[in-house]
Order: sequence, then C-alpha cells, then structure tokens
Amino acid sequence: MIPPAAFFILAAVLFVLGVLAFFVKKDLLTQFMAVEVMLNAGNLAFLALAKSLGKAEGQVIVLFVITVAAAEAVIGLAIIVLIFRQRKTVQTDELKDLKG
Amino acid sequence: MAELFWLIPLIPGASALLLVLFGAKLSRRWVAWQACSAVFLSFLLSAVAFVHLVRLPPGAPGLTKTLLAWISSGPFASSIAFAFDHLTAVMALVVTGVGLLIHVYSTAYMAEDRSYARYFAHLNLFTFFMLVLVMASDLVLMFVGWEGVGLCSYLLIGFWFERPAAAKAGMKAFVVNRVGDAAFIIGILFLLDNLGGSSFAAINEAAASGLLSSGLVTLVAILLFIGATGKSAQIPLYVWLPDAMEGPTPVSALIHAATMVTAGVYMVCRLSGLYAASIPASTVVAWIGAATALFAATLALVQNDIKKVLAYSTISQIGYMFIGCGVGAYAAGMFHLVTHAFFKSLLFLAAGSVIHALAGEQDMRRMGGLRKHLPVTFPVFLVGALAISGIPFLSGFFSKDAILTGAFAGGQYALWGAGLLGTVLTAFYMFRLVYMMFYGKERTAMEPGHSIHESPRAMTIPLVILAAFSVLAGYIGLPVFFGEKADLFGRYLASSVKSGSPHIAVSTEGLLVLLATVSALLGIALAFVFYRRTPALPSRLASRFPGIYRLLVGKYYIDEVYDAVVVRPLVRGAEKVYERFDLKVIDGALNKSAAAAGLAGKGLNFLQSGLVRDYALAFLIGAITFLGFLLL
Amino acid sequence: MVWVVFLILSFLCIGSVAAMIFSRNQAHNALFLVLSFSSLGGLFGLLDAPFAAAVQVLVYAGAIMVLFLFAIMMFNLRGELPARVKKARLALTVGLGTVLLAELLLAGRKLVLGSPGAGPAAGGDTARLGHFLFSDYLYAFEITSLLILAALVGALALAGKREGS
Repeated sequence: MIPPAAFFILAAVLFVLGVLAFFVKKDLLTQFMAVEVMLNAGNLAFLALAKSLGKAEGQVIVLFVITVAAAEAVIGLAIIVLIFRQRKTVQTDELKDLKG
Repeated sequence: MAELFWLIPLIPGASALLLVLFGAKLSRRWVAWQACSAVFLSFLLSAVAFVHLVRLPPGAPGLTKTLLAWISSGPFASSIAFAFDHLTAVMALVVTGVGLLIHVYSTAYMAEDRSYARYFAHLNLFTFFMLVLVMASDLVLMFVGWEGVGLCSYLLIGFWFERPAAAKAGMKAFVVNRVGDAAFIIGILFLLDNLGGSSFAAINEAAASGLLSSGLVTLVAILLFIGATGKSAQIPLYVWLPDAMEGPTPVSALIHAATMVTAGVYMVCRLSGLYAASIPASTVVAWIGAATALFAATLALVQNDIKKVLAYSTISQIGYMFIGCGVGAYAAGMFHLVTHAFFKSLLFLAAGSVIHALAGEQDMRRMGGLRKHLPVTFPVFLVGALAISGIPFLSGFFSKDAILTGAFAGGQYALWGAGLLGTVLTAFYMFRLVYMMFYGKERTAMEPGHSIHESPRAMTIPLVILAAFSVLAGYIGLPVFFGEKADLFGRYLASSVKSGSPHIAVSTEGLLVLLATVSALLGIALAFVFYRRTPALPSRLASRFPGIYRLLVGKYYIDEVYDAVVVRPLVRGAEKVYERFDLKVIDGALNKSAAAAGLAGKGLNFLQSGLVRDYALAFLIGAITFLGFLLL
Repeated sequence: MVWVVFLILSFLCIGSVAAMIFSRNQAHNALFLVLSFSSLGGLFGLLDAPFAAAVQVLVYAGAIMVLFLFAIMMFNLRGELPARVKKARLALTVGLGTVLLAELLLAGRKLVLGSPGAGPAAGGDTARLGHFLFSDYLYAFEITSLLILAALVGALALAGKREGS
C-alpha cells in the first residue's frame, strides 16, 4: 500500500514544476498549459487527502475542478485566439499595453 | 392647536427646502400657491397662538417648546427652544401677516421673472429665519435667526445678480452687517461667560437684580446695540440700506422696511430688562436713534429715486423706534414698529406698483400726473404718506406720538425736539414724493404702445388691505387722554417688556399732540409750496445754498469717508497678505506637494512594466509570503 | 508491485512536464501534457478514485488537450519560438520555486498526511460519488452546468466574430 504522503509529495513537485513552466515560457499557449499542470497538481493533492481522510468529498471537488478547468480552457483559448487575430502574436512580452 | 406653535417657523422652512430642491421642476402656479399657503398656515397658527395667549390669565407664562438639545459643552448648554409670549406674538403676527400680503403681491410683481422659484424659495427661507429670530427663547438661537435673515437679505438684494450694482449692494449689506455682528457675538460671549446661559428671561432678571455688575451690563448692552445698528441700519452702519434697494421691490418692503431691519428694535425690547438697567446704554440708544432719525430724514429730502427716499425714510423711522426704546418707552417703540410695518410696506408696495406701471422707472423726475392713471395705487399711497407724516387719526400719528410723549415724559426735551423736527422733515419729503409722482405735468417718457396701466388684482388687493391697517392699526394704542385704559397695546405688552414712562398730565399731552400735528401739517404745507405752487423754488434754493445741497446729494460723503478710512486700507492689506502669504505659502505648499506626488509616481513607474510575467511574479511572491505566514 | 506502477507513473508525469519546460515546440508541449495527464489518471486510479481517473483521461487528456492542439494548429507558429529567459530571472524563479516546494511539503506535514493512512478510502466507489453529487452537491452541480453553458456562449461570442465585424 502506498502512503498518501507519497502522492502529496508528487503533487507538490508537479505544482512547482507548473509554476516554473509558467515563468520560464514566454508564449501564452504554453503558459496556459502550465496553469493546467498546476490545476492537476491540485487535483492530485485533493485525491490524496480524500484517501487519507477517508472522505469522498475530495473526489467530488476534483470533478468540479475538472469541469471548471474545461470551461476556463474554452474561454482562455477563445481569448488567445482573439488576441492572435488582432496582434498576430501570442508572445506575452509583446503584449504590454498596460505599461504605466 | 396653540401648542403646535413651534410649527410656525418650520412650515415656511419646509416649503423653502422643497422649493430649493424641486423648484425648477414645479410649475409657476404651484410655486406661488405653495409659498403663499406656507406663510398663510404660519399666519393662522400665529393667530391661534395669539388668541390662546390673550385668553391666559394675567401673569401666566407664554408658550414654550424645547425641540432638541443643541449645544452641551461643560457648564454651557443651549437648546433649540421656541417661546411665544406677548412680545413674540406681535412680531410673529407682523412677520406672517405682512409677509403673506407681500408674498401674494410678489406672485404678480415677479410674474415675468425667470427665477420665480428661487425668489419664492428665498422669501420663504427669510420668513423661516425671521420667525426663528422672533421666537427664539435664548440669545444664541436668536443669533442663528439673526444671521439667517442677513443671509436671505444678501440673497434677495443680489437677486438680480447679473446686474453688477445688485451684486455689489448685496455684498455691501453683508459686509457692513458683519461689522455689527462681530460686536453682537462679543456681547453674547460676555453674557455666556458671566451667566453661563443666554435665555432672555435669565438675562433680564440678572440685569435687574444686580447679578451682573452695572459696567458689564452697559458694555453688553452697547455691544448688542452695535449689532442692532448693523441690522437696523442706524448710524454708523446704515450705509447698506439705501443700496439694498437694488433688490426687487417686494423684498424691500418685506425685509428692508417691515421686518428684518426692525429686528434690532425687537432685540432691544426683548432685552428691555438689560437696557433698563443701564442708563448710559439707554442714552446711547436714544441719541443714536435721534441722530439717525434726523440725519436720514435730511438725506431723504434730495433723493430722486423713489425707493431711495423710502429707504432713508425707513432708516429715519427706525431711529424713532430707538428713541422710544432709549427713553424707556419700549411699548411705544414696538407700537411704532407695528404701525411702521404696515404703512412702510404699503408705501414700498405702492411704489412697486408705480414702478411696475411705468415699466421699471424709479426716478420721480420722470413721473408726475400719475393720479389719473393709477386709481388704486394713488389713494393707498396717499394714505401711507399721511400715516407716516403723523396726520391725526392715522396709525403713524398715534405711534409717533407715543414715542414723543415718552421722551417728553422722561424729561428728554432735546430728544423730543429732535423728534418733532423729524416730523416736519418726514412730512415734507413724503409729500414731495406725492406731488412729484402723482400731481403736475406728465413727465413720463413711455415708449409708444406701452400705456400706463394699473397693476393686477394680486397687487392691488394687498395694497388695499395694508392701507386699511395703516389707518386702523393706531387704535390699539390710544394716548392717555382717551382714558387710562385706552393704551391697549401698552397694557398687552406689559408682561413682556419693561413698561412705565411716568405719566404726564392730560393737558400737557394735549399740547404735545397739537404740536406734533402742527409740525406734520407744516411739513406738508412746505412741500405744497415747494413742489406744487412754485416748482422753481427748489432749484433756486439749491443754487442759493450750493454747499448744503451738494452735501445732501452727496449723502454727507459718508460712503466716501468709509471707503477711504475702512475699505481701501483693508483691501490694500488684503492684497499684501495675498501676495505674501497666499501666493507663496499656501499656493507654494500646494504646488510642492503636487510636484512631490509626481516625482513619486515617476519613481515607482518601473513597477508598471505592462508585462504579464512581472505581474505574475509579484503575485507568486505574494502567495509564497502568505503561505509562509499561514504556516508559521 | 504497486510501488513499481506508482514510480513509473510518477516518472512519466513529472518527466513529461519537465520535457515541456525544455521543449521549444508548442505541439510537442501539448503532446507531453497529454502524456502527463494520462499518467496522472493512472495515479488517480491508484488512489481508489476510478471515476476521477476516467474523467481525467477522457476530459483532460482527451478533450481539453485536443482543444489546445486545435488552437496551436490554427496559429501555425512554427519557427517563431521565443528566446529563452534571462539567467537572473531563471535563478529567481527556481529559487522561489524551491521555497514554494518547501512550504507545500511543510503544509502537507501539518495536514493529516503526517499520520499515515486512515484506512481504506470510504468514497472509493462510483455509486457513492454519484449519490454525493446529486444530493449534497446538487446546487453546485447544477450551477456547474450553467457555467459550462456560459463558457460555451462566451467562447462563441469572443472568438466567433470575424475580423472587422
């Protein structure tokens, strides 16, 4: 039997890798994928906790997270498509109109 | 019903609030009806409260009502409390009664004006503050009303503010009143410091019982009187009233003839205990009154603007009231206040009717022969002129006689003589006005197509009512030879004001009345000779005595003296302060702090790179810090 | 035996994310992610959550990542890959990441994970999960359906417009 702690450590590592990917990459699409990785790490942690606490609610929340992630991906991609149409680029460094 | 008396000021106040907020959206008809009915309700309530008061057994206290505690600071406390005693009742009836007639008159007089709602809002607001002044039960609340009517006076004098003269006149009235009010405040502070309170009853009692030292009583009485010289346009602070005629004529009638300018007289009567306790202060009041009465009357002789004549006449008549107060005949002063309110507002409104008929003409040299064209205005104006001149059996005769008799009975023969001379002058300038306006050749220069017409009903009906009162109001205070109990007014007021100039013999009284009548007739006769029979006489006299004439036309150059002595040094000093302090210190500080903010903004600019990654990094650092904080 | 499966899956999961960081091709990135998410699905299964595992593979690895691939194909950005980040920034990010990892592990310790294994998972079977979804979490569930509808409409409104319209 694998202790839930092992899964939790795996989730933590996965989350930090997602963060690193977000900051190292410079194009919107890959950064968006990094966000998905972080979400998945969160899911893994939820399931690990559900297992260790013996509660099914953790799984329910994972289902909700996946649903919300799906919605978020749809909208996020739509926005990226829109930005690409207007700017012909998805490089975040070139999208700095908010510069004060 | 009478215990609702505290609503008397609040009804016009609420109406004013409504008109200020929604006036622009209301129709003219609605505005007029609302403003008039608010004052009418106040008048009804005043009448009810008055009847209640009269029915009370003698010696019973009047109505009082404490609305809410206002100031509570250490030993000093003041509450918003109204009182309704005999003296208040008189003023409340005059303010709401005459005020109602003037409101009605205004609906027609101002009918063409663009700012109809603003006018009535201010008029209602004035009524509110005047009633607060009159019904206040202590000096502090009275001062609120005192300042409030000053504010409304300013607003209404400057009602046509697009005319520079009107705006300037409003400002002058306000600033000159400030001078008097400063003294008034100092007087109040002295009282508060020494009494710990400022209710009228406490002040009068403390002064009478010797709780306050006589020096302090004199000091406070004179300080308060300086405030009164500002509000009631007496020497030396009278200069604002003639200029105040820039306001609409009904305003001149209500504020600058009938009510507000008499607030000083009311204040002195209200504090009659205080003034009676100080002979020096009373002497000052009487002599300032007498000097003003004569001084203003001489100025009225040469004015050509009919409203200015009436303005100087008002100053002069208020001088009479102060003579009455100064010689201890407070009831006589109040009596003259009441009759004056009727006949002077009548004269102003009738003058307004003439001005209305002549499409704005105010110069009497371009009038004349109007008698035929104005069948209602002429007789009522004549009644007013006769009443103010002191022709027997009209109201002004009785009230002026009461004052002169009071002066004579008090042994103040010089004051009595001054009053008598003033009567001649009054009769003269009033009938100069009558002859110039209504008799003789028509000197009007009307545009063709605009005929002289009598004013509408809404204007003439108030005139007729006021004329009736100008005739009849005198019979409430008959002189002593009609019997010991003939002076209803004096006996009515006995519980509120100090009474009692010593009585004089009936024969002496008769002689005084005769002299007063003769001098009034003399004035009228002189006017007849000057302006009816030999109209060339005035100009001949003017060229004979050019010095005196120029002095009078130049209004004794008082305005110029004030300008040189007070106004210009002040303005120059203010300019210096502006250059040194305003520009350098205040503006400087502001500019420097703005520059500092700008610099800080530039310095922090790098944080706003516009790059998502930078923002996300900041977010990450924040999240890590927060998580660390949670874990600790 | 279970440990072997766990280690293989963990390696695939972490390794493909790491490969994504170093790869410079977006299409490859997306495929790496598919691999990562699929192995995560296996891990979910190890955690006695078969339904979540199935959804993970179907929705995440299947639907969402296919959506990403579509987007990447639409842009057709071959040869236009961004330069690497600066060394200083990389160091800063790695440093911050280490701190974050330490914090997360610490947080895990503070949670019940410190006391290993509270027995077999009570909510393992799908029937119970369904019961939960349609009783205690009914409102949340219904609202989620609304959310998806809103996302659908929103995506159409955003991306559906042609240029210049």
